Amino acid sequence: MSFLQARLRSPEQFAAMQQKLRLRRESNERYVAICGDTGCAAWGSKNIRAVFQEKLDNLGVKEIAIRFTGCLGLCEYGPIVVVFPGEIFYQRVKEDDVEEILRETFLKGKVIQRLLYEDPLSDKKYVRASEIPFYRGQKRLLLGKHWKIDPVRIEDYLAIGGYSAAVEAFSGLDREQIIEEVKKSRLRGRGGAGFPAGLKWQECYETPADKKYIICNADEGDPGAFMDRSILEGNPHSILEGLLVGGYAVGAEEGLIYVRAEYPTAVEKLKLAISQAEELGLLGDNILDTGFHFKVSLSIGAGAFVCGETSALVASVEGRVGEPRQKPPHLAENGLWGKPTVINNAETLANVPLIFRLGSEGYGRIGTENSRGTKIFSLVGKVNNTGLVEVPLGMTLREIIFDIGGGIKEGKKFKAVQTGGPSGGCLPESLLDLPTDYEDLNASGSMMGSGGMIVMDEDTCMVDVARYFLRFLKDESCGKCFSCREGIGRMLELIDDICEGTGSPGHLEFLQEVARAVKDSTMCGLGQTSVNPVLSTIRYFEDEYRAHIEESRCPAGVCKDLIRFEIDKELCNGCGACLKSCPAEAIEGERKKPHGILDWKCTRCGICLETCAQGAVLKK
Amino acid sequence: MSAKGHCLCGEIQELTRDFNGSIIGVLHNIQEKYGYLPENILREVAKETGFSLIDVYSVATFYKAFKLEPKGKHVVCVCTGTACHVRGSDKAVEELSRMLGVDPGDTTSDGQYSLETVNCLGACALAPLVVVDDHYQAQVTPAKVRKMFQEYAANSSEANLPAGR
Ligand SMILES: Cc1cc2nc3c(=O)[nH]c(=O)nc-3n(C[C@H](O)[C@H](O)[C@H](O)COP(=O)(O)O)c2cc1C
Ligand code: FES
Repeated sequence: MSFLQARLRSPEQFAAMQQKLRLRRESNERYVAICGDTGCAAWGSKNIRAVFQEKLDNLGVKEIAIRFTGCLGLCEYGPIVVVFPGEIFYQRVKEDDVEEILRETFLKGKVIQRLLYEDPLSDKKYVRASEIPFYRGQKRLLLGKHWKIDPVRIEDYLAIGGYSAAVEAFSGLDREQIIEEVKKSRLRGRGGAGFPAGLKWQECYETPADKKYIICNADEGDPGAFMDRSILEGNPHSILEGLLVGGYAVGAEEGLIYVRAEYPTAVEKLKLAISQAEELGLLGDNILDTGFHFKVSLSIGAGAFVCGETSALVASVEGRVGEPRQKPPHLAENGLWGKPTVINNAETLANVPLIFRLGSEGYGRIGTENSRGTKIFSLVGKVNNTGLVEVPLGMTLREIIFDIGGGIKEGKKFKAVQTGGPSGGCLPESLLDLPTDYEDLNASGSMMGSGGMIVMDEDTCMVDVARYFLRFLKDESCGKCFSCREGIGRMLELIDDICEGTGSPGHLEFLQEVARAVKDSTMCGLGQTSVNPVLSTIRYFEDEYRAHIEESRCPAGVCKDLIRFEIDKELCNGCGACLKSCPAEAIEGERKKPHGILDWKCTRCGICLETCAQGAVLKK
Repeated sequence: MSAKGHCLCGEIQELTRDFNGSIIGVLHNIQEKYGYLPENILREVAKETGFSLIDVYSVATFYKAFKLEPKGKHVVCVCTGTACHVRGSDKAVEELSRMLGVDPGDTTSDGQYSLETVNCLGACALAPLVVVDDHYQAQVTPAKVRKMFQEYAANSSEANLPAGR
């Protein structure tokens, strides 16, 4: 580690150090990667790491390293432990398994069958991670690094070539060359709108000013999405490297990462990464004595979805209430503290070093004509393999959900997939072959957004989903535009009526009329896209709305006012389990005799249905 | 330390140590120290930083992370993000709300429990997710919430349990 303590003074010194680390890394490949991301940590991976450490210490084994890594993707099967060399993938590992892994796999080279991943569709077991269908279908250019690095160790990132794009940029390339390279790669923003990153840099570069800023948008406000968090926590240096390249290209000497307060681990990892890069002289004054100064600081959000919008974000960084403002002037002219500012999403920035590693042409070969590179999606909801997936842009929804995601949970029927977060829409089965391309998704009434992909099955009510997003957006609207503040509320009232069974056929038409008005007359993206969840569900699932309105029926059995519970007298054996568990005391009956539900007392919580072992409780 | 001491000068200086023109960082410091934003501290901080109290108050109420009331001893947090919602998190909220006798966002009158909802904890594979203090409970159902909570209340010193499947 000693050669990591001194500040590096030239690009040559940097290259020599990197080479040393690379060689050392190659000769020291025995390690265990334990996923330390929020999902696996919640499944108990911290304790697993502690037990590994303890056993290794007891055995006096020094040549096996432990890497407590960022998200390894297959969160559903956590805690995940991968043994290197061999890439042996163990899932749902418990503390008691650790000793066996060390003894059998590390020392004897044997695979423990019990801990292998078993495909839910074919029941086949897989040893190596890359053979598992979930990983096989992906192209993990960004996430694939998570296996290899412990985010708290800068040397891990350096050993796999980290920071060489940044050093190449400010020691050998002109600003125009860098911008040209990013433009040629056709990298588009991963934060929502898909604006070409190179053009954005160019605008800021061309605006003359004494001071400029570059900001990483790591607000990630979309519920059900955690792509950015996984990069911030799993590979924070890649974000810093992207910022360095971008900062140099646009002529900014100050970078800022706006990260949400709900991500304390990401904040901690970023702080550490910044101080490590500063110590090595990769951030700060006169970096590698090239004359380039660049410092990075953090700005912590405070829980407001709208602050992901760029002008609101700037207001929030300046310490004000996060209200968007009218554009133009664009941020490239008038941004943070009135200076030219460029804001890139975290995943966009993480792609930047990749462009330099693969070359803009190599990078541009991945994806489709209009959408180049890979995209990380958080594949969640009613799908078997929930987790983070990274695929070439343009892969179809079907491939992602069925081939990689392993299909729908419990063998149920696919109903819809929601993409684009609260600004996106719900797409039906008939569109499963749609490519995940910015334009195709927009044309279908949804959008790419930041990469949330929430799978819904026959038990999801689409009217309820629209209601869910409207509630969210009503809560998060900053209130500046009348049409957003009131319009979203009005749409919500109409949907509430429909869910409660008091909607009339006129509701549907009126709802669409209000939606059009909101879309046309709000200022920022929040209001303009707030209608997407409503319009897309009406477009593709009108039948479901009609069932609520015309038949007072919720086909998915979700809307409480339209369902009721009954006990089948034939099936009920009078065991009393439901009676005991009902929190509303709405069940009566004598022991060993069929029970009954008092409908006026029932709150539709469904606990009886869950508790009944006989399957005698029916939802109607 | 009490927020009601006589001279708060030292504390205020400590809380405003990294003030750079943005009041948000200062509010984070206050909340970290007291668990909420006490009124008297906000008044002093406004004076110290030169902001009007109304500006401080508008920022404090705009952002969800800031609380103007103290939290309960234990915080029960239900994720109501989209992934959790489609797997039924609203039922868990209702059940907890019924058990604790408070609406989401409120604290029980004995100050023991606060019931909160959050828009995504970024662990969507575990949906629906409930976090009691630091204890994650994954893939909950109303019945599971009930059971878990009764056990937790009986044995609240036990933290860091892995999320049960
Ligand atoms: C209401 C609203 C919320 C947004 N939230 C985010 C967010 O959380 N993260 C993000 O990167 N972009 C978000 N955006 C998009 C940003 O405004 C902006 O397009 C993006 O950060 C630019 O970076 P990119 O070009 O790299 O995508 C949001 C936009 C709107 C209108
Ligand atoms: S939606 Fe609940 S953790 Fe993401």
